[in-house]
Amino acid sequence: MERIPILKMGRFLLVTIQVDMDDRLADTLQNDLTSRIAQTGARGVLIDISSVDLVDSFIGRMLANVAAMARVLDAETVVVGMRPAVAITLVELGLSLPGIRTALNVDRGMMLLRQALGDSPDTDG
Amino acid sequence: MPQNTNLSALLAQHEGDLLSEWLREQASSGSRTMRVLGEKDAREQSARLIAALRTGLASGGTESIDGSGWEQAREVLSGVSRDGAQTGLTPGETALFVLSLKRPLFALLRREAGGDADALGEDMWTTTMLLDRLAVYTTEVAQRTRDEIIQRQQAEMLELSTPVVKLWEGILALPLIGTLDSRRTQIVMESLLERIVETGADIAIIDITGVPTVDTLVAQHLIKTVNAARLMGTECIISGIRPQIAQTIVHLGVDLQGVVTKATLADAFALALAKSGRSVGNVAR
Amino acid sequence: MAEPEVIPIVAEADVVHVRQRVRARATELRFSLVDQTKMVTAASELARNALTYGGGGRAEIEVLASGMKRGLRVVFIDQGPGIPNIAEAMRDGFTTGNGLGLGLGGAKRLVNEFEIESIVGRGTRIAITRWV
Repeated sequence: MERIPILKMGRFLLVTIQVDMDDRLADTLQNDLTSRIAQTGARGVLIDISSVDLVDSFIGRMLANVAAMARVLDAETVVVGMRPAVAITLVELGLSLPGIRTALNVDRGMMLLRQALGDSPDTDG
Repeated sequence: MPQNTNLSALLAQHEGDLLSEWLREQASSGSRTMRVLGEKDAREQSARLIAALRTGLASGGTESIDGSGWEQAREVLSGVSRDGAQTGLTPGETALFVLSLKRPLFALLRREAGGDADALGEDMWTTTMLLDRLAVYTTEVAQRTRDEIIQRQQAEMLELSTPVVKLWEGILALPLIGTLDSRRTQIVMESLLERIVETGADIAIIDITGVPTVDTLVAQHLIKTVNAARLMGTECIISGIRPQIAQTIVHLGVDLQGVVTKATLADAFALALAKSGRSVGNVAR
Repeated sequence: MAEPEVIPIVAEADVVHVRQRVRARATELRFSLVDQTKMVTAASELARNALTYGGGGRAEIEVLASGMKRGLRVVFIDQGPGIPNIAEAMRDGFTTGNGLGLGLGGAKRLVNEFEIESIVGRGTRIAITRWV
């Protein structure tokens, strides 16, 4: 079955979504991420959606769920690379993605995670 | 319908003569189309239109020019309209080009009618309705092309008049000037978001010092843009809200939803610097 | 007028298929990227509804021409239980069951025209249209 790969980068997990996800794949990702966070004790999750051209309410809620579950497991989530067209559509749709931090790209996302964890921005993850 | 295939055959027989007469007609009436396109192109287009007319008539239908039999004619006319629009012909002038075929065509019909007044009447009616429809079609295409050109020019002007400025590393400013309508605001905001991605700005300052009034729709667009930028990871500050605009916003009951505002662009810049961990100090002398 | 393109919605993969086809047709009509994204997102919401609440159904994609205007219409049809209170379903924040809203109010904001008919026990028909 198709799965979206999750990379471990130090204390962080990095997920790059590059396919058009159907609901089942989104659910699988949500479960996989939650398991990996618990397994690895990761303190941060970076979800890179710079290749994603559509975020609807299901995917939006998946992201919000990931962030909520991560927080319960003491990890911060940052969603990076949202495209302008997607952002504009989400705003129109009325989805605010509560509890999710966002950043323009992976680098800034990492900096944000480090700051959130109380490190100086240059500490290696 | 036998009548139309007769017309088609008639055109086929006298195509050369008809073309010459039509070109003479265009030249002597001082047709703008001929002058703008030049004799050679006018001749080519006219020939193609007559051929297309023949094809259309052969296909049988004269009630409408939407069918596949008239596709050739529509193509020729679209070409003329578009070329004309690019070179400054008005939609009316392109229509006259089509209508100027009436005189030589009717002359041909009269010559070949051989005294049958009823048949001549029918034929003239059919052809006049046809040419009218083709002329209207030409006008519509010309109008649409002009609209597209105008839109493109407007977009270019818009880009020139609302530059996104990089104030500092990671800090962008969008100084808006002039009245904002809903459409312009939308375009400008979309381009701001694109620039944010391109330059990787953490903070964007939208300055509306130069905007005299703001209505509900525009205010809503501004807020949506700020929210969209936030979703992308960039904070926005709106600066330069004049007292009148502040009044309008309160009066209209627009909820700024926690959007940070500053009175002047300078204040907004200072705030942006502070947020990005910087400050401005004096150099020791 | 060309025949509408019919896409069956019976499995989750079909929701993605609907997105891709609507995206393709919107691209052909040269919608702006933002307008395309809005239309495809609305289609995704409604396709999912047809599957999840309507028990499956179909989407019909049509290109519209009105004078010089061109547009894209997608109609979602299912023979599911129907929506008892449409006004309530259109309200933001309305949810049934597991917290996933029907998304109708949101979808409506993403398009130029939104038509909905629903008969309890018979099914639902929703048509969304965007003009270029």
